[in-house]
Amino acid sequence: MLAYLVRRLFAGVILLLVMTLVVFMLFFASPVDPVQFSCGRNCSPELKKQTEKALGYDKPAVVQWKDFVQGIAVGRDYPDDPELRAAAPELVTECNAPCFGYSTFNTKTVNEEIAETFPISLSLAIVALIIWLTGGVLLGVTAALTKGSILDRGLVGASLILYAFPTFFIGLFALKFIAIKWGLWDKPVYTPIAEGGIGEWLYHLLMPGAVLAAVFMAAYVRMTRAFVLESMTEDYIRTAKAKGVRPRIVLFKHTMRAALTPLVTMTGLDFAGLMGGAIITETVFNFNGLGKLAVDANKVYDLPTIIGLVVLLAAFVIIANIIVDVLYAVIDPRVRLG
Amino acid sequence: MTEFSLTKSGSGEDAFLSVRDLKVHFPTQDGIVKATDGLSFSLERGKTLGIVGESGSGKSVSSSAILGLHSGSNAKISGEIILDGEDLLSLSEEEMRQRRGKDVAMIFQDPLSAMHPYYTVGNQIAEAYRVHNDVTKAAAKARAVEMLARVGIPQPDRRVDDYPHQFSGGMRQRAMIAMGLINDPGLLIADEPTTALDVTVQAQILDLLQDLQREFNSAVIIITHDLGVVAEMADDVLVMYAGRAVEYGPCKEILTHPEMPYTWGLLSSVPEVTGDTDAPLIPIPGNPPSLLNPPSGCAFHPRCPHRDKVADDLCKTELPELLPGGRGPGHTKRCHLANPDEIYQTEVLAEIAPDLVKES
Repeated sequence: MLAYLVRRLFAGVILLLVMTLVVFMLFFASPVDPVQFSCGRNCSPELKKQTEKALGYDKPAVVQWKDFVQGIAVGRDYPDDPELRAAAPELVTECNAPCFGYSTFNTKTVNEEIAETFPISLSLAIVALIIWLTGGVLLGVTAALTKGSILDRGLVGASLILYAFPTFFIGLFALKFIAIKWGLWDKPVYTPIAEGGIGEWLYHLLMPGAVLAAVFMAAYVRMTRAFVLESMTEDYIRTAKAKGVRPRIVLFKHTMRAALTPLVTMTGLDFAGLMGGAIITETVFNFNGLGKLAVDANKVYDLPTIIGLVVLLAAFVIIANIIVDVLYAVIDPRVRLG
Repeated sequence: MTEFSLTKSGSGEDAFLSVRDLKVHFPTQDGIVKATDGLSFSLERGKTLGIVGESGSGKSVSSSAILGLHSGSNAKISGEIILDGEDLLSLSEEEMRQRRGKDVAMIFQDPLSAMHPYYTVGNQIAEAYRVHNDVTKAAAKARAVEMLARVGIPQPDRRVDDYPHQFSGGMRQRAMIAMGLINDPGLLIADEPTTALDVTVQAQILDLLQDLQREFNSAVIIITHDLGVVAEMADDVLVMYAGRAVEYGPCKEILTHPEMPYTWGLLSSVPEVTGDTDAPLIPIPGNPPSLLNPPSGCAFHPRCPHRDKVADDLCKTELPELLPGGRGPGHTKRCHLANPDEIYQTEVLAEIAPDLVKES
């Protein structure tokens, strides 16, 4: 188990290194000149040279990559040019490990940007996860148990319709009508737990959380329904019935255990994906999460932020994968780690 | 030539298990599928009935009906299934559940898929015990270990905590048998218990079943398409075709003097281990009929090589009754042929086992 974890983590680190290399190469292949952006409108060739040196863009690409990786491992200081740091120590920005870079556009480290936005994305993803998982599994099981009935058809139809509605539509509808026009719910503004307590935090997250959860819930209703129905036709369910096991126990002990196992994998990966993937919901509700940060960085060619976020989000997906695999081995005795 | 007893083991209403005119019909959009259509048989404690037939002949559907496993599906079941004086079909679902696994148990074909992959073997066997006995988990587990030992699992106290995938095929089937017999049921239904196993293991499992049957004195229904298994195990044989019994009688009688061309076909399809490699295997031509729209008259007539021996196209127009033939009241068959035993001896046996004809 431990050997497996070490091996998987090691492989994950290698994968991340390769990822940073690829992203760096894309960075240099892009037509955008980051120096020009930092230098500003009235940039003279001399000034540009100076900026390039200050930011470390004059070094070869491989060295810059090495600096970046080193920054993640042990941290680094900005500006990149040591002479400049010596000349003006008051301007030095320390970036502790793992340092994801320095955004010249926002004049702060990517770590600071992440520290501001990550709690928002995490909160949103957690609330959405709880909504879609409870809703999706409960309704999916209900649909499976009443297969063929009006309730089942209604649930399947409704989830199809919900699935078809784009998130921005549901989000804008909720915001414009439920919150603003009808005043049924306060306009959500992210409130950290430290400021307003769990109640306030949850209150403001419920609407965007539900909007984000909608499309997932629709998908999970249908998946859960399919998994439960498939599991019901298994031979071992017939065996359980033949033993005289009570129907309720056949359902909860035998059927569900087998049906819900595949959901673990999907939930883990979907959750990791949401860390930087709730772009539309974050934009609609003006929640400054990781997704919105990434989109904004893209709009203004804030390359250090983009690279930092890509690496961070890739790390989330890799870690989620490892967690899901380990969890699967715990749930399914047939799965051996190794 | 030996004389066989022509009385079947169970007869009439006083038998331990008595199935009367059992019908299991499934209404579908295309019409009614008559999976079992008027099946009757009876069985005493300690005796074994072999139900033989091709896939789709209604063997498994009938036995699932005895266990009440069709509840929840749209099956329409009629007739009587009287076990120990009680009509199982008149019981409520809950009453039937309390008998499942306790009075009637079933072991299934493929033990790997028939056991839950996420629970230990011991857990699943103990569950069967705890459902019907108010005992602690530890007591149920001890009982499971005891049963595993009884069915010949080595080191049962350790293997009890293994998962099904850690058992070999034969051991899994032994564990299934342990699960089936843990409550000492009066009736055990074994649905193709050896089909998924290799031959040496098959023999062990059949031996085990026979031993346990003697020990527990239970009635056993063994469902199979393997006549070798039937010859080994069964006291009585019921041959099914298209949801109906087409021949029914004591095992040796049926195997030596079959009176229905379908049974002849089954016998002709059995390879002989010591036989000549050039000896022909004679398959039954055609495919099993659709149960949705079975052939008119005798359901077997489209595949029957002897239908021309019956006058007036009777095979096509009229369903023969299940009646005693020329061998006494204990041996019934559903066939219009007037002299089946003679045809079997001269035409069928001559082709599949010429030595036997010469001897007699």
